[in-house]
Amino acid sequence: MSSKQVMITVNGTPKRYESGITVNELLKEHDIDPDDAGGIAVAVDDEVVPRSKWGDITLSEEATVEIITATQGG
Amino acid sequence: MEKTSSQNGRTEQPADGLQLGEHTFGSRLLVGSSGYPNPKVMLEALEASGTELVTVAIRRVNLEDDSASGPLQILQDEGYQLLPNTAGCYTAKEAVLVAQLAREALGTDLIKLEVIGDDETLMPDVEQLLKAAKQLVDYGFAVCAYANDDPITCRKLADIGCAAVMPLASPIGSGMGLVNPYNLRLIRELIDDTPLLVDAGIGTASDATKAMELGYDGVLLNTAISNAEHPVKMARAMKLAVEAGRLAHEGGRIPRRLYAQASSPEEGRVGS
Repeated sequence: MSSKQVMITVNGTPKRYESGITVNELLKEHDIDPDDAGGIAVAVDDEVVPRSKWGDITLSEEATVEIITATQGG
Repeated sequence: MEKTSSQNGRTEQPADGLQLGEHTFGSRLLVGSSGYPNPKVMLEALEASGTELVTVAIRRVNLEDDSASGPLQILQDEGYQLLPNTAGCYTAKEAVLVAQLAREALGTDLIKLEVIGDDETLMPDVEQLLKAAKQLVDYGFAVCAYANDDPITCRKLADIGCAAVMPLASPIGSGMGLVNPYNLRLIRELIDDTPLLVDAGIGTASDATKAMELGYDGVLLNTAISNAEHPVKMARAMKLAVEAGRLAHEGGRIPRRLYAQASSPEEGRVGS
């Protein structure tokens, strides 16, 4: 029996994650090292979460997360 | 000419550089990072252009495939100041969020604000653009606003406190050059208290020169270099074009006359 899970949409893809997951843990789930994540930013429910809060903010059911970086553009 | 050391160590700047918010740049040519044949050509072209400020877009990290890395690291390693854009945003709400994400990711308050009305012409949605500009200025951003060539819209963007107003020469990537130089001239005459750059539609070097001869403070382009047959050569051409146009503007051109005015003296002609 799995522990309680939450449905979170990350970069447009909904998926189940462990309840109580923080932004830090979510990044690690996606092979992003939060301590080596220069050039990356995160928004939860259309609000930017500063890097300093990545370890504190837990994600609730139906949260929408955007993990972005800079890429080629004019 | 007095020189001061640059913030990013890339070049020394003349004291009369391009001022965008708190930032000063020696080069008046801003170049985009998109559409080059490969990263090596991009870097060589940017080097040849002499630019100090390179635009980038803000997009989702590809969580499925981390092998394909973007240009961010190499641009930062080469010491370029980055100018993130809000390309792909159709509303003020989207643009403000993207700008805030960009600031968080890159640590810069510079933002190229694009709020688009449709994806065929890529013309700005003026209503949403003005709304986004106001909010971002309030949040402390140095807003470089991509605009249409309407003098009233540009005046409003300047009054809002944008760091720069950037009317298009013609649609993004079209290469049509300055299709309405009269509007661009009106905009320059109406706005003397805010840096103006021509952004979008530049096709070749003479377009960039014309923009600078109109008294604009700089030029922003991407496709004209990245999609040229020989991007590095075109980049060098653009560097010289912007410098030539600026010098010509400062040199003060002669007026246009309908009739000839002899340049050799009348006096002392043989047989006179």
